[in-house]
This record gives sequence, C-alpha cells and structure tokens, in this order.
Amino acid sequence: MKFNEVGNRLYTGETSVDFAGKRNLWYFMSVVIIAIAAFGLFGRGLNLGIEFEGGAKFNVPSTTSVEEARNIVKNAGVETSVIIAVGNERLEIQTPPLEQEAIDIFIDKIAVDFKLDPATITTQAVGPSWGADITRQALIGLGVFLLLVILFLTIYFEIRMASAAIVALLHDLLITIGVYAITGFEVTPATVIGVLTILGYSLYDTVVVFDKVKENTRGILAQSRLNYREAANLALNQTLIRSINTSIVALLPVAAILIVGVGILQAGTLKDLALALFVGIAAGTYSSIFIATPFLVQLKERQPEIQALMRRVHARRSNAGVDGPEAMKVSGNPNLANQVLQAGPRTQPKRFTRSKRKKS
Amino acid sequence: MSAANRARPARLLVLFLIAAVATSLWTYWPGQSTEARLGLDLRGGTQVILTPELAPGAEGTLTQDQINQTVEIIRQRVNGFGVAEAEVTVQGSGANSAIVVTVPGVNPEGITNLLKQTARLDFRAVLAAGTGLEFPAPTPSPSGTESPSPQPTPAPQPSQLPVQAATSEEIFDQYLSLNCLTPGLLQGGRSDDPTKYMVTCSKDGFEKFLLAPAFITGDQVSDSQATLPQQGAGGWMVTLDFDSLGATKLSEASIALSKLPSPQNRFGIVLDGLVVSAPFFSEPILGGKAQIEGSFKADEAKQLSQVLRYGALPVTLTIAESTSISPTLGQDQLSAGLLAGAIGLGLVIIYLIIYYRALGFVAVFSLIVAAGFLWLLIIALGRSIGFTLTLAGIAGAIVAIGITADSFVVYFERIRDEIRDGKTLRVATELAWVRARRTLLAADFVSLLAAVVLYALSVGSVRGFAFTLGLTTLIDVLVAFWFTHPLVTYFGRTKLAESGGMLTGVSRKRLTAGSPILNESGKQ
Repeated sequence: MKFNEVGNRLYTGETSVDFAGKRNLWYFMSVVIIAIAAFGLFGRGLNLGIEFEGGAKFNVPSTTSVEEARNIVKNAGVETSVIIAVGNERLEIQTPPLEQEAIDIFIDKIAVDFKLDPATITTQAVGPSWGADITRQALIGLGVFLLLVILFLTIYFEIRMASAAIVALLHDLLITIGVYAITGFEVTPATVIGVLTILGYSLYDTVVVFDKVKENTRGILAQSRLNYREAANLALNQTLIRSINTSIVALLPVAAILIVGVGILQAGTLKDLALALFVGIAAGTYSSIFIATPFLVQLKERQPEIQALMRRVHARRSNAGVDGPEAMKVSGNPNLANQVLQAGPRTQPKRFTRSKRKKS
Repeated sequence: MSAANRARPARLLVLFLIAAVATSLWTYWPGQSTEARLGLDLRGGTQVILTPELAPGAEGTLTQDQINQTVEIIRQRVNGFGVAEAEVTVQGSGANSAIVVTVPGVNPEGITNLLKQTARLDFRAVLAAGTGLEFPAPTPSPSGTESPSPQPTPAPQPSQLPVQAATSEEIFDQYLSLNCLTPGLLQGGRSDDPTKYMVTCSKDGFEKFLLAPAFITGDQVSDSQATLPQQGAGGWMVTLDFDSLGATKLSEASIALSKLPSPQNRFGIVLDGLVVSAPFFSEPILGGKAQIEGSFKADEAKQLSQVLRYGALPVTLTIAESTSISPTLGQDQLSAGLLAGAIGLGLVIIYLIIYYRALGFVAVFSLIVAAGFLWLLIIALGRSIGFTLTLAGIAGAIVAIGITADSFVVYFERIRDEIRDGKTLRVATELAWVRARRTLLAADFVSLLAAVVLYALSVGSVRGFAFTLGLTTLIDVLVAFWFTHPLVTYFGRTKLAESGGMLTGVSRKRLTAGSPILNESGKQ
C-alpha cells in the first residue's frame, strides 16, 4: 500500500493503530529507556564542559600530535589537562581554572613551542562559580516556563491535558539528558540551548495532537457510539501522518547542522546543539503519540462522566451485537463532531449562492 | 460558503506587502549600516563576563543602581582603553546580573586587570586646579602651589606620602605636565591609594587637579539624594549624609578649607581615579549632613547622588568567563553556520515539493519570505537595539526553518482532511484555515512563552538563542496569516488546482485512494 493510501485509511479509521489501548506496552518501553537513562545519570553522571565546572580551554591551530602537545603543555607548567585533536588542523586543550595572569603566560609559552602567533590561539576561561550561576538561572527559567505552560494549557485545554503534556515533556527531557549521560558527550551551554528548544518543540507537537483530540471529543458525552479512548485514538491516527511529516521537516535542518557541525567544524556549538536536538525531537515525536495521549486517556477515564459514557457505549454495542467503533464506519463520516451536530436530516432551507437564487 | 466569502486574500496580501516594504525601508534606510551585527564567535574578539559582588566587609544587597553605576565605570575604563567598537552591556538584574564586555582583538594585554579593579570613591582636598592642559594653569595662587600640604584635613604625615613617587615637589611637576587630552588618560581604573597625593583630571577632561590624600572615604557616606528644594531657587541639589566618623572628618575639613581662597576651598569627589565633581565649602559643616548646590539639571543631580551612594558599598568584580576567538575561527564558524542554513533550507524545500507538489511551492515561497524577513530584522534590530547574531542564534534560525515549515504541514494536512471529507478545494482551504489557525496560534504561543521566559531569566548565549526563537515565532505567525493563507486561497482558485490533477498535491483521487469509505463519501 502506498504512503498516501495509508494516510487516507488512517483518517477514516479503516486502518488504525491502537495507541491508547496498548498504553501499558508504551509505558513499559519508556520506563525501560528512562531507567537506563537514570542509571547513566546517577552512575556515570554528565560530562560537564568547562562552562559549568570552571576551567580554561585553548584552541590551537596546529598539526602537532596529541602526545607532543601534552609535553608542551607540561613544559608550560600545567600538569593536568585534556587534549583533543579537532580534525587535522586544530587541537583543543582543556585545563583546570587558571588566573588571568597565568593564562597570558601560558599562551605565550605554548605559542613559542607550537611556533605560532599567540593571537591565533583561541581561549576561553571560566570561573568556577559562573557555571553554577548559569545552571541555576536555566533551572529557574525552566521552572517558571513550566508553571506558565501548565497555566496556559489548563486555560486553553483542561488540567488533564496540561498534566499529560508536562509528563510527555519531562519524559523527553529525561531521555535526552540520559543519552548524554550514557554516551558521555560533553554538556556545554549549546547543549542546554538544545534541550531548551526541545522543550518548545515537544510541547508544539503535543499541542497539535491535543487540539485534534479536543476537536474529536467535543460533544462526546451527548452520544453513545464512541467512547473517549476510541475518539482520542482516532485523533492520534488522523494526525499520525502530520506528526511524521512535521518530525521529518524538523529533523532535516537539524541533520544539516549536524552534518556541517561534525563534517566541517568537528566540534563546538553547532555539533552540541544538533545532537541534543536530534535526540530530543525524536523523543518528542514518540512521546506526543505514545505517551501524551495514552496518559491523557488514562486520566480522563477516571472521570465519572467518561466512565458512564464507556458503560453506555458498551451497553449499546452488546445490544446491537457489534464490537468496536462501528458507528463511523457505517456512516462514512469519520468526524465525530460533524456527526453529532448533523444527527438528523437537515430541516433548515438550503441557502443558494446569489447567482443561483436569481436564476430560480 | 460563508467562510470563503469572509476570506479576503487581496487585503491580507496588501497588508503583508506594506509590512514587508516598511521593514525593508527601516532596514535599508539610506545612510545607515546595512550589515548584520555579528557576535564574538563569528567575527573574533575578546569577551569578558564580569559578575559584580559587594566588596568584602560591606553589608546589604546589590541594588540595580549600583550595577548601573558599575557599568558606567567600566564603560569609562573601556572607552579610555582606546579600542574602537568596545561595548559594555548588562544582562540579568540585581544580584544575578552579569556585565559583558566585548572588545575586538585577541587577548589584549591588561584588559582583564583593568576591568576587575574595584572602583573607589574618595573625597580629597584640592591643592591646585587648572584647565586640563600641559602648562601651569593661571588659576592656582603661588601660595597654593608652593606648599602643597596646607592645613586642611588630617595633615599628611611624611610617612603617608607616596613611597615611590616621592616628594610633593615631584608630584607638583607631574601636575604641571599633565595633559588631560592624552589618549587613555580618562579611562579610570588606576590604583588610587587614599593615603597618597594624587594628580588627576576631571571625568570630562576639562580640568586637572592636584589632590591631597583622602579626608573621607566612600564608605563613610551613608546616603545621598537628589532633591529639588521647596523654595525653588537655585534648582536641583544633592544632599549627603555621613556616618559618625565621616561627620567628624567633614567638620574638621570644612572648618579648615572654607577659610581658604579658591581653589583650596574646594574638594574633589574622586570616583575610580577621576574627579566627578569638585565643589567648594562655603561654610563649616557640622553634624554630618551636607548639600551640594549648583546649577544642576535633574539628571546631573541624580547622577552625582548615584555616584555618592555607590561609594558606600563598593562593588568588586569577578571575572566569570573570558573568551578570545581568533578572526579566522570566527570566519570559519560564520561560513559553516550559513552553509548549514543553506543545506537545511534546501532539504526542507525538496521535501515539501516532493510531498505537497504544487501546494509545496506555496510553502517554499513562504519559507523564503520568512527567511528574508528574519534577515531584515536581524540587521535592523542589530542597529537599533544592539541585537548581535551569534552561532547559537544562527542555529536557532535554522531550527526555526523546521518549526515554520511545521505550521505549513499542519495547515496542508487539514486541507487534505477536508478534501477527504468531500469538500471542494475552495471550501477546504478556508475551513482548514479556520481550524489550523487555532492550532498554530496555540502552538506558537507556547514557543513564544519559552522564548520570553528564557530571554528574561537566562544569561549568556542562551539569551541570543531565545531572542532568535521568539523573533522567528512572530515571523511565522505573520507569514502564515498574511502570506501563506491568502496565497493558498488564490491557489485554490486556479484552474490547475481545480483540475485536481496529480501534481497539485490536493488531488481528490490521491486523497481517497485505497479507502472504500472515502470513495463512497466523495461521491455524495
């Protein structure tokens, strides 16, 4: 079957994936992933860059080998350092925090040994408490943002949708941070930026899905053909193609950043950012489908009126001897909102366009 | 169909055109720089981030006033350093603020030491004063010049004289040869030992002074306010309150100095090595309360009182981060960022055209228009509010390509849904817009919220990113409402689209293929 045909059948419900019903399976998968992430986080911890821990970083345009560079650094009086070759033409030297005077002396010394102009050496020195400041500010920002988002989603949707969206968001953040802990990728301010973007993206995705759920479940209590789970699941299936498309469209530019970041610059802002985004957007797409809506359904099904609806739908189906959401297949109109509104024959006179009215 | 009648694509497009022309004019108004302001990581240079703290021993909390004063002091120092294009900005507020200093060049010698020096505030008796040029000024009287240790103040003991720079005669020679127009002289930040004689200039460079050791130090000022006296004569004035030690010293100094002829009845208020004000004592001041009168304008009086309050709680600066990037690396990063943007845009365009065909071209136009808007605004905002484009900002813009394209996907998928429901294309574009519009606004609002919160609460590169994110979100809304939607409406009226051919991207045949239900409802 072609991709567009799948899309068409998903829209009507002829082809349907039971996202909402198999929630325990998705939860289990996520719990396993998060457990691994947490294990990495508390076991290995994050590999924090000098921006968080304090220290100095020197980028030297030189083809000298790492071993030789280590000797040069030792000769310049810095005992502990991390030296990484960035591509073939650059070396990155990380040292513990140094005083500004010490940095100037260090640069002058290694410039002589590397046979370079000191002005070509790129430096970055960070005081030990600055990273803590940045982290604290970022966490405060995150907290304020989450509170405002919960408020907004509660007003725009309802409290249950807001909670489900936040659960999905935390899920994405945990997985992304966990991937960093397990792989040992360095966490830099660019990584933090990437993670913060995921925040926005994950919510964007969830809002789009929930908007469809909201539309499909409007007036749901006034009928007894479809229960909440089925209506929500239909919404998910109907937006599935869109979810896949938006994810591809969002991942393409990120892939471009990743290609250029890894292929040309080898390190730095672009690579760090793209990595975090890649992981986060993938997790965000997954969670908006497999976590947010199933969790929402679970919350909704605790409500007495939704439970009553489930019983009504069940009773109706056992009387008719059918199983499953047959109603819309019969009517051929998959849009529940339209169906409820247009339950009877049209009694109002039809309005014609002006030109047609003149003719008649 | 009422929804279709309500849509007035021509009006919207005209609105959009006006917005586009206005933005272009704003950006390319003749006689202004039309280059984007590039951040340090894209053009090379040195950036030092300083975190201000109260000096050890001082009590209380850092106020915004003091931060502003500190920024003022640093600006004076950096400008005096003689580098072009240096800039000093403050991020965050109150106790969390950070002062960001950016100067061109890699690791300029001495810049960091110059920056982190704590600025002092002292009151010193004037021994001689004159125009800020390099010959004996006519004003000082011979008696004042010959005996630079008159009776005022705790008379300086020989031991208090400068150790290295010697006798009062030597200092006087320095005074005579001082030229306040010498480059770099007005930068402040030089060591000023309150126990030594001092030769310096006024902040504006018009006057030079030979000053005695400090008789009052800044921490002895307990408060200062700019006030407008009720009687209204004489304009604004600055009141001063001293603590008990300061009050004693003030009365001693004022008794001694007020008897002397000008300029020895004057005293210099010295901030960061430069004289900000040099009033004279008109009478002895007892009781620790003083006021400086003069022909102050409101803002001058406020500035002076701010300086005086600053002295009570001097701010020490810690270098939180210093970064130097060579121009070559900056250039490399810039071209890599632009290349990534071009590749990203190219990939998204290819995907949109393959998947949405003719409709995809509308999306591609919209994307290009959005990118153009972003570029114009980056230039214009760089000029007007100092927005700088950093690598993180470029990355934010590239990521925004995807998010902007997402809004088109949301809209187009809704159009397809409506067509599947059996609507004609013309009706479908409007019905879908009504529904997609709400979704877009909700989703974009969340993005904007993230951008605003991050911008307000974070420091460093996160801010640049948040700004770009917020900007692109607003552009996304503008383009979707005033450009994409009317264009799609027009597209729905073309013969090509109404033909429902396979290349339109909205072909009913394709959108009902493989589904018996849709084929059925399509015939209704």
